[in-house]
Amino acid sequence: MNRSFATIAFAALAWLGLCAPAAAMERVISPGGIEAWLIEDHSNPLISLAIGFHGGSALDPVGKEGLAYLASGLLDEGAGNLDSAAFQAKLADLAIDFNFEADDDSFVGRMRTLTGHRDEAFDLLHLALTRPRIDAAPLDRVRNQVLSIIAAEAGDPGSIAGQAWLRLMLDGHPYSRPLKGDAKTLAAITARDLREFAAKRFGRDQMRIAVVGDISAAELGLLLDRSFRDLPAKAASIALPEVGPPAKGGIAVIARDLDQSIVLFGHAGIKRDDPDFYAAALLDDIEGGGNFASRLQRSLREKRGLVYSIDTGLVMLDHAALLSGRFGTKNASVAQAIQLVRADWQRMRDAGPTASELADAKTHLIGEYPLRFDSTRKAADSLLGIELAGLPMDYVDKRAGHFDAVTLADAKRVAKRLYDAQALRFLVLGRPAGVAGDLVSPPID
Amino acid sequence: MAQSSEICLVCLTMSHVNRPGWPRRFAALALLLVGASIAAAPARAELFAAESFTLANGLQVVVIENHRSPVVAQMIFYRAGGADAPAGKSGIAHFLEHLMFKGTPSVPDGDFSRRISRLGGADNAYTTQDYTAFYQTIARQHLATIMQMEADRMTHLILRDSEVLSERDVIIEERRQRVDDDPAGRLDEMMQATLFVNHPYRLPVLGWEHEMHGLERADALAFYRRWYAPNNAVLVIAGDATAAEVKALAANSYGLIAARPVPPRQRLREPPAYAQRRLILRDPSVQQATWQRIYLAPTERDKPAGQSAALDVLAEILAGGPTSRLYRHLVVEQRLAVDVSASYDGLALDYGQFTLSAAPPFGGDTDKVERAIDDEISILLTKGVSESELSDAKARLAAAAVKARDSLRGPAEIVGTNLVIGNSLADIQTWPERIAVVGADDVQRAAFAVLRPPASSVTGILLPEHVDGIAAQPAEGPGAGLPGGATP
Repeated sequence: MNRSFATIAFAALAWLGLCAPAAAMERVISPGGIEAWLIEDHSNPLISLAIGFHGGSALDPVGKEGLAYLASGLLDEGAGNLDSAAFQAKLADLAIDFNFEADDDSFVGRMRTLTGHRDEAFDLLHLALTRPRIDAAPLDRVRNQVLSIIAAEAGDPGSIAGQAWLRLMLDGHPYSRPLKGDAKTLAAITARDLREFAAKRFGRDQMRIAVVGDISAAELGLLLDRSFRDLPAKAASIALPEVGPPAKGGIAVIARDLDQSIVLFGHAGIKRDDPDFYAAALLDDIEGGGNFASRLQRSLREKRGLVYSIDTGLVMLDHAALLSGRFGTKNASVAQAIQLVRADWQRMRDAGPTASELADAKTHLIGEYPLRFDSTRKAADSLLGIELAGLPMDYVDKRAGHFDAVTLADAKRVAKRLYDAQALRFLVLGRPAGVAGDLVSPPID
Repeated sequence: MAQSSEICLVCLTMSHVNRPGWPRRFAALALLLVGASIAAAPARAELFAAESFTLANGLQVVVIENHRSPVVAQMIFYRAGGADAPAGKSGIAHFLEHLMFKGTPSVPDGDFSRRISRLGGADNAYTTQDYTAFYQTIARQHLATIMQMEADRMTHLILRDSEVLSERDVIIEERRQRVDDDPAGRLDEMMQATLFVNHPYRLPVLGWEHEMHGLERADALAFYRRWYAPNNAVLVIAGDATAAEVKALAANSYGLIAARPVPPRQRLREPPAYAQRRLILRDPSVQQATWQRIYLAPTERDKPAGQSAALDVLAEILAGGPTSRLYRHLVVEQRLAVDVSASYDGLALDYGQFTLSAAPPFGGDTDKVERAIDDEISILLTKGVSESELSDAKARLAAAAVKARDSLRGPAEIVGTNLVIGNSLADIQTWPERIAVVGADDVQRAAFAVLRPPASSVTGILLPEHVDGIAAQPAEGPGAGLPGGATP
C-alpha cells in the first residue's frame, strides 16, 4: 500500500494545477542539450534539485526484487574515488541533503544545498549517478537496514494490509511484488547487479530535471552539462504489461488479532491521460479524497464516529489505475462501515455530485495548488511530477481551466463510468465481527 | 514535550498511514526509532523576518513575511495541553481540540473545515502536553476570512451532546490505531508513564482509555472556558502578508474579544529519582526489536543558560547523520545496529527529555546494543568530544537553521512553539549565536548533567514474543523464520 498511495501523492503533484509562480518558470536547455525546468528564487541562499528517471522497481528482475530500492540506499555510500565514509563526510561537511527514492515506475533523486556549495553538490550528484562504488561493507550494511525495515513492516498492520491489497488487486503483475524485496531476493542481489542498475537505468532519454532556488538559467545550464552530459543516451527498455483488477467485487478477510480492523477498498480507476481524468479527480475529492470535507469522512467519522480517518485516492501507475481507499474501525463496526461505503458508492453512481459539491471541489483543487510551491523542495518535487507525468510546461497555467471546464453533466456521466458498488473489493485485516469473506485472501509473505 | 506525544486531529495523511513513503536516506528506518525523524532538525532557526505585537486584550501576534508564493499560514497556540487536564480527565485537551471543529453560531454544523477546503485551503490541529495548536494554509486573499473564523471559535464554540458522543468514539478509534494496535505506541506510553513519577507528563495526551470513556460535554466546555482566551494564546501569521495588513485584520477579529482571567498552571514537581527503570514489551506482532532510553533533561528555560544549546550540539554529535559518532561506531564499524538516533527536546514547560534509541539488525541482540551505548556514554563522560566533532556538528546545525527558512509553516511552528512555552522572539533569533559559542567543555558538562548514572531515565525494549536474544535469521519472508508460526 505504501506504494500505491505514495503514487497517489506523486500523481497529485502533477494535477493540483498551478496559479503560482508561472512567470518565474522557465525551460533551461544547456549548451549540450540537457533540459531542466527552473524556478529562480533568490529569497534564500538555497537550491533544490529533483531528478527523475522513468523506470522503477516494477522493472526489478524476478528473483532480485528490491534491487531498485536497495540501489536507492547505496548511491550516497561512495562514488568515484570517495569511499562511503569520505562521501558521507563531504555531504555532511558541506551540509548537502541527498536522497534517492525508488518508486514503482520511477527512480528519483533529490538534492538540496546552500548556494555556496552548489558546484560541489552537483559534482557529488554526478559521481553518485555515474560512478557508484557499491563497496562490500556499505552494501552489507544497507542490506541489513532494508531487512530491518522489512521486518518492521511485517509487524505493522498498515503495511501488511497494503501489500496484501496489491496482491488482491494486481496479482501476477510486477506491481504486486514487495517493492523492497525479501530476505531471499535481497541476498541474491550482487554489487555488480547494482552497478549495472545504475548504468542501465540512468539514461538521458528517461531523465527529467527540476530545479528551484538561488541559481540563474545560465549557471544551471553549465552545471547540467557538467553533471549529466556523460550519462548514457538511452536507458534499457522500461516496457511492462498493462494490468487491471479483477471485475468481481467482494470481501477478503485476513484474520489477525487487532482491536481495530484495517480495511482497504476499491476497484478499477482511471489513467492520467484519460480525457475524463479531471472529472474523476473532482469526484474523488467529493467522495473521499477531500479529507475533512468528503462525503465518506462526514458519514463515517463525523456522523457516526466509526473511524478516525477514511481516505480515497486515484492510484495512477504507468500501467495500472485504481480508485482505492482505506479506513480503520473497531472489529464490531466493520460490517456497518463496509455497508456505508457501498451505499455511498452507489449513491455517487446513481446521482453523481450536486452542483454545489462540484463547485466546492473545483475551488478546493484549484485553490490548494500554490501550497505545493511554498518551499524550494516542494516546488522542485511539483515540477518534476509534472514532467514525469508527461505534461507540458504550460500545464501550470492551464490546469485550473481543465478543472473549471468540467460540467455537472460530465461529472454525472463519469460517476456512472467510474463508481461501481458491485465491483468494490474490500480487504479486511483484523477480527471483523459478522463479516464473511467471499474472495480468496491473498497470501502474506 | 516529546514529539511522540503530539496528537493530531488527523495525522493520517496518505503518507502517514502508509508510513515509509519518502525516504530520507532510508527514512523508513526512522520509523523504527522514536525521535529519529527529528534528530537533525533544529529546534528553531534564526533570521525569520519576524515582527511581533500584542493586542490590548493580551493576544501576542507574530508576523513572518515570506513572499515566495501567494499563500499564508495561520497558527494559533493556546497555553493549555494534555498536562493541564483535571485529575481523572486525561485526554480532555486533545478531545477539546477535536471538538473545536464542531461549530459556532456563524460557522455551524462542523462547517469549519469544509469552508477552508472550499476556499482551497488545508487545516488541522494538534495537542501536546503543554499547548494546543490549530492551523490553516490558504491563498493570501482569504487571510481575513480565516482570521475571522479562528477568532470566532475562540469564544463562540457550541457543543451538542450527539456530536460530542460520536467524536468521543473517533478519539477512541484514534487511540486503537496509534496505541492499542501498535506495540511501539504502547511502549512509548508506558515509558512516559514511568519516566514521570508525579508530574502530569506521565499521562498520555490522548488519555487513558477508561478515562476517555468518561469525558463529557461539560468537561470539554469547562476546559475551553478555563483556558481559551486571547491573553492565553499566541497567533502566528506566516507568508505573503505584511505586519501592517495583519495588524489591521487582527484588530477587526481577535481584537474584538475581551481578555479573561486565566488561572495559573499548577503542575506537580518530580521527586528525586531513586532507581533507573527498565521496561520490556514483548508482542507477537513485533519482528524488529528496538532499544530506547529517555533521560529527564533541562528545558530551554532552565539555568544555566547555554545548557540547552549544548544539548542540541550533543545530540547532533552523537547521532546527527551518517558521520555522527554513534552511527559510525555502532552501525558502520561494530555493526551492532542498523540505525541509531539521539534527540534533545527542551521545548517544554517543566521538563525536557534527551532520547537515545537504536535498532539492532534483524534478529540481533538489544543487550549488545545497550552495552555498546553505555560504553559510549562513559567514554563521552570521561573524554568529552573532539574539536572537529564539535565544529562539524555546529556547522550542520547552522546550515539547518538556513534550511529551516525554506518553508511556509515550518517557521510559524518554530516561532509559535517557542513563544507558547515562554521563550522570547530574541531567544529564537539568537539560537545560531548560542550554538556558535558552545565549547567542548559545555558539551561535556551538559552530558554530565543529563546522562551520568544514576541519571533519571527509563529504558524501553521492544521485543518479539519468543526470541530470547537469539539471532533468528530470516529465511523466506521476514516472518518465516520466527518461532511460533505467527502470521506476520
